[in-house]
Amino acid sequence: MERIPILHVGTLLLVTIQVDMHDRLATNLQEDLTHRLSETHAKGVLIDISALDIVDSYIARIVGNIAQTSRILDAHTVLVGMRPPVAMTLVEMGVTLEGVSTALNIDKGMLLLNKIINK
Amino acid sequence: MPEPLDQVLHLIFDEYQEQLLEKWVESQLHSDGFRSYLVQEDELREQCSSFVTLFVNCFSKKNHPDMTSDAWAPMAALLTDIAKRRTNQGFTPSETATFVFSLKRPLFHLIKEQSQADAKVTERLWEISLVLDTLGLFTTEVYLATREEVITRQREEMFELSCPVVQLWDGVLGLPIIGTLDSKRTQLVMESLLETLSSTQSEITIIDITGVPVVDTLTAQHLIRTVSAAQLMGARCIISGIRPQIAQTMVHLGVSLGDVVTKSTMAAAIKYAFEFQGLEVNPINK
Repeated sequence: MERIPILHVGTLLLVTIQVDMHDRLATNLQEDLTHRLSETHAKGVLIDISALDIVDSYIARIVGNIAQTSRILDAHTVLVGMRPPVAMTLVEMGVTLEGVSTALNIDKGMLLLNKIINK
Repeated sequence: MPEPLDQVLHLIFDEYQEQLLEKWVESQLHSDGFRSYLVQEDELREQCSSFVTLFVNCFSKKNHPDMTSDAWAPMAALLTDIAKRRTNQGFTPSETATFVFSLKRPLFHLIKEQSQADAKVTERLWEISLVLDTLGLFTTEVYLATREEVITRQREEMFELSCPVVQLWDGVLGLPIIGTLDSKRTQLVMESLLETLSSTQSEITIIDITGVPVVDTLTAQHLIRTVSAAQLMGARCIISGIRPQIAQTMVHLGVSLGDVVTKSTMAAAIKYAFEFQGLEVNPINK
């Protein structure tokens, strides 16, 4: 079955989504990530969506769910690399992504996560 | 002794005014291409009646129609009112002008009936005048259409010019907005801002609305949408240059900018952006 790789970097989990997200893939990611979080006790989750051209409301909701689950498991979620058209569409749809921090790229996302974790 | 034609005119104005008015209204209502849904018959009748009364009045005072003179001032006022109304009602320039020109037919008709002038000559005169009027109106239409084109083009150019995204510092973008923010413009502003954000990887954007004349609920909503889109991409936005009156109006309207950072001036916003990035501006020690 197709899965999105989750990399363990320091105290963070790094997820780079390089393929088109479909609903099944998104739910799988949510499950896997939760398991990895409890296994690794990571403090932060970095999701890179810079390769995604389309993010629909379902995917956006899954990202929101991931953030909430991570919060319960004591980790912060940062979403990085959203493309301009995606941002415009999400705003148009009224999606707000509660509880998810955002950053422009992985580098800035890591800085932000470290800042949040070390607070 | 007055000219024979003047006598006829006086006769018409004195005796046949009612008939003239009636015929005029009738001819307008039944003319080809008259769009009855644009104007009520009562309104048209009232306009015609005022026009005929004023026309007789002004014409007997001064034959030459000088619209700036006192004699023709009431007529100028009436025509201004009618023309303005017709613009809003959706009449074309020709249709608006035809309102006045269409009086000629019933008037000529009455003159023909009352005078002993050669029927054939008056008939030919009428035809020539009709042709010339049509040609004249055509030029007006073309002129206006051309003007309209120029205005449309200028508006488009203004759109392109009016949303520049400038880089103020490493990682700090400035977006001065001048003029009203409507949906179409917000779209453009948002697009160019997000594209620049992604290409320069800037963390902070200062949206300066000093040049926005009015902020209503819709404008505020557009602003918030732009800010949220930038936030989704991982950039922070500061709104600066909200004038006191605008702040008052916004509170009055119950417009909320959410948790967007606002600063009174561009300078204050730049200072905030520097602080956010851990920068400081210091004088050079000599």
